[in-house]
Amino acid sequence: MSSEVVSLYREHYLNCSYGVRSWLLTKDHKRIALLFLLSITLFFFLGGAFAVLIRLELLTPQGDLVESETYNKLFTMHGIIMVFFFLIPSIPAVLGNFLLPIMIGARDLAFPRLNLLSWYIYTIGGLFTLAAIFSGGVDTGWTFYTPYSSTYANTHVIATAVGIFITGFSSILTGLNFIVTTHKMRAPGLTWFRLPLFVWSNYATALIMVLGTPVIAITLLLVGIERGFGIGIFDPRLGGDPLLFQHLFWFYSHPAVYIMILPGMGVVSELVTCFSRKRIFGYQFVAFASLGIAVLGFLVWGHHMFVSGQSPYAGMIFSFLSFLVAIPSAVKVFNWTATMYKGSISYDAPMLYAMGFIGLFTVGGLTGLFLATLAIDVHVTDTYFIVAHFHYIMVGGMVMAYLGGIHFWWPKISGKLYPEGWARFAALVVFVGFNLTFFPQFVLGYLGMPRRYHAYPPEFQVLNVMSTAGASILAVGYLLPMVYFVWSIRYGKAAGDNPWDATGLEWQTPSPPPTENFEETPVVTWEAYDYGSKETREKEPQVA
Amino acid sequence: MMGFPLFPEVASTIAKSVDRLYFFLIGITVFFSVLIFVSILYFAVKYRRKPGRTAEQVSEGLGLEIAWTVVPFLITIVIFTWGSSLYIANSRVPDQAMDIYVVGRQWMWKIQHPSGRREINELHVPVGQAVKLTLASQDVIHSFFIPAFRVKQDVVPGRYVTMWFQPTRAGEYHLFCAEYCGTSHSAMIGRVVAMEPEDFQKWLGGVTEETPALAGERLFSDFNCVNCHATGARQRCPQLGGLYGTDVQLEGGAHVKFDEAYVRESIINPNAKIVKGYPPVMPTYRGQISEEQILDLIAYIRSLTPEKGQ
Repeated sequence: MSSEVVSLYREHYLNCSYGVRSWLLTKDHKRIALLFLLSITLFFFLGGAFAVLIRLELLTPQGDLVESETYNKLFTMHGIIMVFFFLIPSIPAVLGNFLLPIMIGARDLAFPRLNLLSWYIYTIGGLFTLAAIFSGGVDTGWTFYTPYSSTYANTHVIATAVGIFITGFSSILTGLNFIVTTHKMRAPGLTWFRLPLFVWSNYATALIMVLGTPVIAITLLLVGIERGFGIGIFDPRLGGDPLLFQHLFWFYSHPAVYIMILPGMGVVSELVTCFSRKRIFGYQFVAFASLGIAVLGFLVWGHHMFVSGQSPYAGMIFSFLSFLVAIPSAVKVFNWTATMYKGSISYDAPMLYAMGFIGLFTVGGLTGLFLATLAIDVHVTDTYFIVAHFHYIMVGGMVMAYLGGIHFWWPKISGKLYPEGWARFAALVVFVGFNLTFFPQFVLGYLGMPRRYHAYPPEFQVLNVMSTAGASILAVGYLLPMVYFVWSIRYGKAAGDNPWDATGLEWQTPSPPPTENFEETPVVTWEAYDYGSKETREKEPQVA
Repeated sequence: MMGFPLFPEVASTIAKSVDRLYFFLIGITVFFSVLIFVSILYFAVKYRRKPGRTAEQVSEGLGLEIAWTVVPFLITIVIFTWGSSLYIANSRVPDQAMDIYVVGRQWMWKIQHPSGRREINELHVPVGQAVKLTLASQDVIHSFFIPAFRVKQDVVPGRYVTMWFQPTRAGEYHLFCAEYCGTSHSAMIGRVVAMEPEDFQKWLGGVTEETPALAGERLFSDFNCVNCHATGARQRCPQLGGLYGTDVQLEGGAHVKFDEAYVRESIINPNAKIVKGYPPVMPTYRGQISEEQILDLIAYIRSLTPEKGQ
């Protein structure tokens, strides 16, 4: 490593200019990524605080900590914040923003101003939603089911919906930017099949963002119109159809699940290869699995409605398509596992997160089969089984991948090393806390405990206490990285350009990278994850 | 703390078959989870980084790729077929099922037995007899969920939905609202009491209340339905005696079955399906009549015979 040389002053994206203006008016994708990092971290801990209150309420069967109305607002705000303001933007807007241009050897995204606008739109949407929370909140559930949301709820539905509506445009712009950047700005020699899989999965995500997000925007607009002007769209008393809402809502919100998980899959592909010193097993299968998931994801929304009264035959078609979407996910899991075969594996924190992801995503995916199975779904839908299942995907999967990614690229982002021992410990704490929190919920679900219940029958208490205990461990696991990342900015060792000895283009530029990413545009003559022949390549640097 | 169950009670004919499929799925889940966990841990230990050893680059295997695409696909086909056939079988209501009517509203379940007995947040049913529920919602979406029977049905306002079950064991079971419906959603709970048939008959006869059909007859004149639907000089609408359960011919040539859904629609939205030969003169009763009143009217219309018809 070149730490002896680095002691000299070197200009990079963090020290090239100072002051609030230089950040708020920046067009540098790396700085915008950090703006997003800051914003979504705030939302993550706010949403987490709501989760803590929910779990505390559920310690006892009686609804004795907060009123039922407050409880309903808590789970609603937890869902809205975590889904729309943390999970959806998390990996694309932070890691994708930072890495996509560097990974393809570009100086920036295709539309830097649009990228900054995307952050402003996100912030305005977020402020709207925060205003709605602090002026009384909303109690419809993050799903906004009609006619409750459009007619009956007495909370700040419109303000919250406007917040989400606005934020949607941030997603659309980020998606658009990624698609154009990936098509037009790849470095010479960087063909599609030489792209890191992180780029593939973010590309697939971007497609869903651009195609799906307008639908949720329109849907929420229609809820607002019915609520504000009494025009009958969803409420049968006004001549509307409540199920129309569910079709429209899930047409976006199911693909949105893949917006949340696909980028995480991309991160895991980077981590498993690097820490196994291996090329990815079945590159093309993993790459096309991302696209397969993106496309099939649009055709399965009806599986949220098996007991809603849709026709049994529609139910069968949606059930079948839902099973199909499980296949590419399974293919990915098998390929990651096979990548470790005959590798040279180290147990650095990012790898621990990656292994945690594969395991928990497997459980999350397999329990998804229960929900795709018509006869079983009838019993477990709208119970804690669902809650456990999607937290295995979203928290066990996505948040694990996000944390793994943040650890992996932190040396690149900040130029500093985080304390490895603490990081491994935190990864372990997260894994244990997570399973203790959510595994009991599978049992609760099959027992029949409905979700969104403020009070519950006493025989469910033991499992709920376990879950709450797990949540408190999980909270510690999430706070630890906060502390040591901030610590490392000041006290961490200098990272050097390539502390993991990884192959991606992002590791061939200094840490932190210069504003223009590369002094000279790199020319790529090798496949992604070229761990086998890396040494040879280093002897013959390929720079145009 | 009372007990610590890990598995729900098994108290309906459906429950056993659902559980069987559930255990099959658990088997699949455990098998693949263990496969993945063990592989990861085994590789992580066996191929841990050691000085002097480098990774061996094996990154392709078409046979493997095909295997782990095709095998999961075949397994999902099995699950899909099993789950769907069970679902379709379970959605077919047995012919001899007894009728009970349910109206959900924020935040209670109102239940009406055809014999006249009404209950709130409690549902008494006989063991060994198929029970068909016809459900309506007065306001938002609710969901009628009996975990011990493994049945659940969303009750969507603006339409009737049906569900059925056959209890196999006497006892008291949870009844939950499973679709979030507002402030007191978690208080919209109750119990299902499955009783031996003779106990049930005793319970049913215990209280004499006005039967739905009688209540419906009163409403029929209170809402002035009688003015147009009665025979005589002022008759402008179809006579209702004997129509229930038959096929009715509509203006424009289509047919519709004269059932609960059609009667309800004709009260709420009379011009949707006009019976052939009659003018579209009926006003809507949307917003003036409750779901329970509509159910009473249906019971009344159902009780009419051609001779008894107005």
